[in-house]
Amino acid sequence: MKRDRMPEAPVPLDIQRAQDPASMLQAASRPRLLTPAGWGGVLLALAIVAIGVPLANLLAPVDSVFHLSDYAVGLTGKIMCYAICALAIDLIWGYTGILSLGHGLFFALGGYAMGMYLMRQIGRDGNYASELPDFMVFLDWKALPWHWAGSGSFVFQMLMVLLVPGLLALVFGFFAFRSRIKGVYFSIITQALTFAAMLLFFRNETGFGGNNGFTDFKRILGMPIATPSTRMLLFVLTGCVLIGFFLMARAIVTSKFGRVLQAIRDAESRVMFTGYDPLAYKLAIWTLSAVMCGVAGALYVPQVGIINPSEMSPAASIEMAIWAAVGGRATLIGPIVGAFFVNGAKSWFTQVVPEFWLYFLGALFIAVTLFLPNGLVGLAAQLRRKKKGADE
Amino acid sequence: MTPELQQAGAEALQRWRQKEQVSASSGGRSASFGRLVHAHEPDFAHGVALYLDDITVSFDGFKALNALSLAINVGELRCIIGPNGAGKTTMMDVITGKTRPDLGSASFGQNIDLLRLRENAIAQIGIGRKFQKPTVYEQLSVFENLELALAADRRVRASLFSRLSGTQLDRIGEVMTLIHLLPEAQRTAGLLSHGQKQWLEIGMLLMQDPKLLLLDEPVAGMTDEETERTAELFLSLEGQHSLVVVEHDMKFVEQLTEGWKKVTVLHEGRVLAEGTLSDVQANEQVVEVYLGR
Repeated sequence: MKRDRMPEAPVPLDIQRAQDPASMLQAASRPRLLTPAGWGGVLLALAIVAIGVPLANLLAPVDSVFHLSDYAVGLTGKIMCYAICALAIDLIWGYTGILSLGHGLFFALGGYAMGMYLMRQIGRDGNYASELPDFMVFLDWKALPWHWAGSGSFVFQMLMVLLVPGLLALVFGFFAFRSRIKGVYFSIITQALTFAAMLLFFRNETGFGGNNGFTDFKRILGMPIATPSTRMLLFVLTGCVLIGFFLMARAIVTSKFGRVLQAIRDAESRVMFTGYDPLAYKLAIWTLSAVMCGVAGALYVPQVGIINPSEMSPAASIEMAIWAAVGGRATLIGPIVGAFFVNGAKSWFTQVVPEFWLYFLGALFIAVTLFLPNGLVGLAAQLRRKKKGADE
Repeated sequence: MTPELQQAGAEALQRWRQKEQVSASSGGRSASFGRLVHAHEPDFAHGVALYLDDITVSFDGFKALNALSLAINVGELRCIIGPNGAGKTTMMDVITGKTRPDLGSASFGQNIDLLRLRENAIAQIGIGRKFQKPTVYEQLSVFENLELALAADRRVRASLFSRLSGTQLDRIGEVMTLIHLLPEAQRTAGLLSHGQKQWLEIGMLLMQDPKLLLLDEPVAGMTDEETERTAELFLSLEGQHSLVVVEHDMKFVEQLTEGWKKVTVLHEGRVLAEGTLSDVQANEQVVEVYLGR
């Protein structure tokens, strides 16, 4: 990871102005959660997600310029789920320096936990009019397997959304970090982990619908799932979760805990010889990051209407790392921007020139690595500084 | 009462007073009674901060340390010199838990077995280490570097909700003044000069309030003036902390030992000579390993 070209962090103005050391220290000891402009941005985003989009989609007439199509809402909702993943990757990679190429697994596990509930909500409306999900009837199973026992309960499955990715990450992380597996070795192991899980989920015997996964959802919490109002509800929920996670991540990285994470990234041995146990810190942020991805997966599945093992493919996890890198690591806002930029480009390319999408993605990754070590957000900051320099 | 008897009585009294004085000044063995020994607190009652006994470390057959034995007293400033590859850095690795020796024992005070602890636990009981290459958190500011080193609860939850108290803030300010980095408080540590980074790392050690400081070539890359100031700083720490300084710069060692302190010469993983700087410099064996035949 090339970090030495990172420019000096901009010093907040109130610290620059303070001349006497005592007040300078005072100011330095209390980093703010967000600048006033940052809070403005958060409120604006919240207003757009919770008020603007619902109005534009549900109330504005179809031929008006303010109308937002269902397609656009669906796409944005999906990308917001991806943005949560990118945010999770930023915490573990951007701030702690641990590159995970297996976060797709946690995303998919959250998605599957939600999918199990949705499958049971279909009830007798499936093709075979059975209490069992269609794929089980197809496999000639007579009863639900043991791991579907709690799938009828929404609360239980939501708990699973948090616990399954969380526990898996905790156990895996404990052994990996305790053995001091670092850098590219860790990345490769996470990659292998998600690949192994994909193979497992491909099998029909595992009881997760094999390569078809889950689809054909009919309702969620008794509400029909495909109506505009349910979709809008899911959209608003996803947006609020994204903003909530952003604020949480911001609180984490401005705390001392967050600074220890950055210290682990820059000089882990120094952290150890200062008396911190890197294992506990890495494990905490790694597990949190996995849970965030699980939540993103659970929000994703009802919006796109399908979950299958391809979400666990190594390529899917690598793409998550690309979103974070393109947007700008260790900035929090960057990965969100990156997720929107890359996925926006992806949906445009796959419609207009589908054969060029992968070339574009590859070129983008190379360009970012070579010319934009700090991503799009870093580029924007650089341009702003240059403009400021020209003004003065 | 005869004058002889009177004389003898006075002498006996004097001898008894002298004996009392000596035992009081050393703390005496009696000080050990009724004293609480905590499991995570080094016990320095015998006046020795660090014992290394018969430590052997081999890497693929090459003996980096060969039955090394060394004792550092409480409050002592000990300089360790030796040619390249003598095992100085390996010795520090063993003390701080980075390398496990094949043989031997290492203890801190008389009750803590260093070979059973991990690096972070060793740091927490009071052994601070400065690396040969200055190692600071390059992306964090000088202030934040010191804040992380500040002696405080090191657990995850504590640091998630940690707030600096006024006393802690003062302590950071104090150390910053001591290491002459107060004007650079908000500067990213990666942008400091090499010498300043060395100072910052020393400052981070001081923030931890360690009982034993291990300093691996602390003045490498410093200007003459900075070197002199570093020596003054170390001399001011002597007494309250035990210091082990590994250094090649003989002028610096001379300044630290002030002509009377003990210097240890390592060679091929063992102690070659011990004594004052002028003694070891006059030692034929030492001259031989330094200059070659």
